[in-house]
Amino acid sequence: MSDLHDITLVLNGERHAVRVEARRTLADVIREDCGLTGTHLGCEHGVCGACTVLMDGQPVRACLVFGVQARGRAIRTVEGLAEGGRLSPLQQAFIDEHALQCGYCTPGFLMLCTAILEADPEIGDQALVDALSSNICRCTGYANIVKAVRAAAAAMRAGTAAAEMA
Amino acid sequence: MTDALAPVKERPALARGPGKVVGHAVTRIEDGPLVRGEGLFAADVNFPRQLHMRMVRAELAHARILAVSTDAARAMPGVVAIWTAEDVADIPLIPFRATKVRGLEPYCQPVLARDRMRYVGEPVAVVFADDPYRAEDAAELVVVEAEELSVLLDATAPLGEFSPGQDTEPTIVRKAYGEIDAAFRDAHAVVELELSVGRHSGVPLETRGAIARYDAAHDVLELHGTAKKQHWNRDEIARLLGRPPQGVHLFEGHVGGGFGVRGELYPEDLLVCAAALRLRRPVKWIEDRREHLVATNHSREQHHRIRAAVDAEGRLLGIDDVFFHDQGAYVRTHGARVVDLAAGMLPGPYRLPAYRVAGHFRLTNKTPSATYRAPGRFETTFVRERLMDAIAARLGLDRVEVRRRNLVSAAEMPHARPLDALGTEIVLDSGDYEGLLDKALSRFGWNALQGELAARRAAGECVGAGLAFFVEKSGLGPSDGVRVSVDANGAVELVSGAASVGQGVETALAQICAEALGVDYARIRVVRGRTDRIEFGNGAHASRVTVMSGSATWEAALAVRAMALDTAATLLQLRPSDLTIRDGEVCRADGLPGPSLALAEVARRMGPNSPAMRGRTPGLTAEKWFWSDHMAYPYGVHLVLVRIDRGTGQVVAERYLVANDIGRAINPMLVEGQIVGGLAQGLGGALLEEFRYDPSGQPLSTTFADYLIPTIAEMPAADVLIAEDAPSPLNPLGVKGAGEGGTNGVGAAIAAAVDDALLRPGAVTALPVVPATVRRLLDTLA
Amino acid sequence: MKAAPFAYHDPRSIDEALHLLATLENPRLLAGGQSLMPMLNMRVAFPDHVIDLNRVEGLEGVTEQDGALRIGAMTRQRDLEEHPLTRARLPLMTEALTFVGHWQTRNRGTIGGSLCNLDPSAELVAVAAALDAVLEVRGPAGARELSIHDFPEGLMTPALAPEEMLTAIRLPFWPAGHGYCFAEFARRHGDYAIVSAAALLMLEGGRVTRVSITLGGVGAGPLRLREAEAMLLGAVPSAEAIRGAAAHCERIEAMSDPQAPAWYRRRLAATLMRRALEKALARAGGAA
Repeated sequence: MSDLHDITLVLNGERHAVRVEARRTLADVIREDCGLTGTHLGCEHGVCGACTVLMDGQPVRACLVFGVQARGRAIRTVEGLAEGGRLSPLQQAFIDEHALQCGYCTPGFLMLCTAILEADPEIGDQALVDALSSNICRCTGYANIVKAVRAAAAAMRAGTAAAEMA
Repeated sequence: MTDALAPVKERPALARGPGKVVGHAVTRIEDGPLVRGEGLFAADVNFPRQLHMRMVRAELAHARILAVSTDAARAMPGVVAIWTAEDVADIPLIPFRATKVRGLEPYCQPVLARDRMRYVGEPVAVVFADDPYRAEDAAELVVVEAEELSVLLDATAPLGEFSPGQDTEPTIVRKAYGEIDAAFRDAHAVVELELSVGRHSGVPLETRGAIARYDAAHDVLELHGTAKKQHWNRDEIARLLGRPPQGVHLFEGHVGGGFGVRGELYPEDLLVCAAALRLRRPVKWIEDRREHLVATNHSREQHHRIRAAVDAEGRLLGIDDVFFHDQGAYVRTHGARVVDLAAGMLPGPYRLPAYRVAGHFRLTNKTPSATYRAPGRFETTFVRERLMDAIAARLGLDRVEVRRRNLVSAAEMPHARPLDALGTEIVLDSGDYEGLLDKALSRFGWNALQGELAARRAAGECVGAGLAFFVEKSGLGPSDGVRVSVDANGAVELVSGAASVGQGVETALAQICAEALGVDYARIRVVRGRTDRIEFGNGAHASRVTVMSGSATWEAALAVRAMALDTAATLLQLRPSDLTIRDGEVCRADGLPGPSLALAEVARRMGPNSPAMRGRTPGLTAEKWFWSDHMAYPYGVHLVLVRIDRGTGQVVAERYLVANDIGRAINPMLVEGQIVGGLAQGLGGALLEEFRYDPSGQPLSTTFADYLIPTIAEMPAADVLIAEDAPSPLNPLGVKGAGEGGTNGVGAAIAAAVDDALLRPGAVTALPVVPATVRRLLDTLA
Repeated sequence: MKAAPFAYHDPRSIDEALHLLATLENPRLLAGGQSLMPMLNMRVAFPDHVIDLNRVEGLEGVTEQDGALRIGAMTRQRDLEEHPLTRARLPLMTEALTFVGHWQTRNRGTIGGSLCNLDPSAELVAVAAALDAVLEVRGPAGARELSIHDFPEGLMTPALAPEEMLTAIRLPFWPAGHGYCFAEFARRHGDYAIVSAAALLMLEGGRVTRVSITLGGVGAGPLRLREAEAMLLGAVPSAEAIRGAAAHCERIEAMSDPQAPAWYRRRLAATLMRRALEKALARAGGAA
């Protein structure tokens, strides 16, 4: 009964033409059909946020979107964060601040934090906690994730300042 | 002092204080792939032609299986095979690891339920299909006919029948020493409590997964997606499936959290292996979250009836505890370990002249249970510290003072208890308990806090503070080995029998290796979790890796260093004692200019074709083993300030301090990460997480909407005090494990703080502390 | 946890969507997916057809119309939260939205989806009731309207015929300067409310001239406390009067489950209602 759909997904600027059942979630299409396994599944019912990707710039839970719904949208996953092989300031900050342990929730947090920093790099403490509360980490206790976001914001400010001075 | 405790004088030990790289908060070598999304977690492993496995699980808590109909499921597209118990009758029950406890064998779990299902979630049948969606479609069509049996859900209730001739109490773990009856007879006061800890568990963010592949060309069965305990699992899988151990290899990629529950041998691991062998295709199984919450090990559920006899000064004369451990439906790979640990570790840091404990290991119709971070200790620290608070209340003593009077003093170390846990005698190896207590109280501002609490109460707030002292155990032996080698390019490789659960084992071992060998830690390749790279190993659990594999690493790296200096000395025509290694270069130790030699060159000169190596084993490589018959005992204090919202009963932890002496911190940043992460889990167990069942044994906590894991919004401001005052004398690094101290005392500390906020000692008798309960307590107090 | 098979439909107009709804066997409408997709993935819902509303024209948007905010059913919760009209004219809605799931889920979740899901704990349903929302519905027979108070037919069962769909919601404004407060209690930040309370009031000459008191999480649908409202209307909103109004919560019928038994929900309701009224009063420029 389940029909097959030919769709093209744009992941990190690259086009992927795939044929999928409608019931296949965006997370599964990204992972299995497009081969980008950096996006992880933690619960498949929209609570843990491990599957967070950016869809047209907004963080969404990829387990709660069907692949067919995402055609024509610009999807960004963790694999797209490093430009030309260089880690983004946020990725580097996660390493520097020890904001990951097992790394399973990390792609989801990286995408969420990327969206937060793109929306409001000067976000207040309470608003940051609010925004981060949508994702679960079982290893770190979260404190270092906040430090990483702040460190990344500072690095981005310094980078911008340097670029402006040049 | 016992012989096995002879300090490691004859081996060179790591000097105290930060070294060149040990003791520094260096960034982790594991992180690159993880932040790029290039990790290899179980679900990321794929092989051509792989089949997908989907379990059919019991939907009744206790029932006689009459028939399993698979015809409709077999007809579904993409289905290759469906198995029931008959198809795997040749696979024995899943065993447990060596333990002194007898009589547990009949209670082990079959890979597929045979005549009975004993918990909701128990594997009853299994489907193999070409796609996970289709496997799930087919699994839905398997029909299990069963006749319901009566359900047992309370470990304190009268025993039931496990099977004809076997009741539901496989064993009682008893320990005792001293004159316990006399202690109670002569007591100034006796305090009695009835306490329980709710069922909860590790629940890592990555569910379990197993991918088996039979490499026919080499006659090797491979299992991927493993964690924790590869060598033992390999040996058991081989034995249970009738293969030689050399013909089974286990692989570990990235592991999304373990916490004790991942990496044990479960039915699904054996099923993917058997299927890969029989169906001659790779078989992949990824657990989903609903399955995980009913199929992966639960933990913690215990009910204690405990009495303490004290003298007029509040000093313990004896403790007598009877407890009921809710094991769930079967004995799993830990046997009765958690009960054994609970019974052995209950006395904690206190002087205790007499002790008696009976741990009733009981089966119920719930998910089977095993170890979870600080197993047996989260529970008994809660129980013991409640007892200390109750003693304080009874005798009108300050809660801190009652601890001071009972803590084993530094002068009494090492302090042997006539008790054992996990087969080793409990000897508190080193520690300055009261010293750390003072540091913690000072750091937290405990005294000033009492004034602040009074002021806030006067202003109408419901606030309180609690403390808990804990002793952890770590560094479980019996052994581990590490092989360090330097190749002709100067690349250093470290192969260990350790495993990873995401805690940073590679970095810690690399730091130790770098410290000893004189190379850049970030250039060391660490191999772990691979049975094909090292023949023996004991894995990652019980906070053992830094102690055991770390010590072996230290010794192996020192051996390589010695070999390199020997060879280099000959080549440079100096004495080995004139030389050192810095940044991978062998050079003069005195810093004066002179010839030097890269380690790469030294390694090259030690290759098998080098004339100098004729008659000797070639290679700049050494393998060293570290043994331990005793565990090391980290210890510490938890302090917390809570606020209760009277209207809702919500408990909010505002400020938290964990003080933990771990002997030595190889990497303080990683240690702090372990403690804060552990605190988050402990907080979950104290306030939020619980596996609940309805009266018919149906699980109620089956999604993340019911099983509540703390988010960032629930975390208090957390402070960590890492102390290195009591290095372990049992290993050359002085380390004790740091994985579990953050979790250990949380239940106890939170309970104490809630009592204090309610101004009612003994109010909290059960975990988790839920808002409705607090609301009820407030009503009864008003 | 993969959804059972279904046929997927992607209409572009309301008419097309209605046609599909009327002609397909066992269909489900897919809005933001934050409630439906977990059900599909868990196979507690297994429709034969899924009608995706995300590309249907004319279902999104926030406009002012005859003294009310008219919100298209497919308007994302995030868009509603950030809309200047919401902040300016419906501050109760703005405050309630901060409790709805998380920032991330509000990117996809819609107001229509939440209303039609009718979870007893849903904040948006309680707010709609507090504001006396009017729902615009369309079906094969044409368009109709109904009050939010007539919308819940039973537990998670809206008063919609199988071929009907919600197209818009109208929320009448309260005058500028009105007091408002949305309060809720959840075990964790962002969880569904166990109990929620919404209070709106107007003060004139130190007396309450208009008041709306609503509880969520106590029954299948939100509960307007008409008796409590009647008590406060015309009264001076002293601390005692507010306590008296909140005390009505002790007498309501409430749902019960092992985690939150009825007695506890009643207690929560009283606590939250009192806090909501106090806050609303302060915002209206008064003080108890």
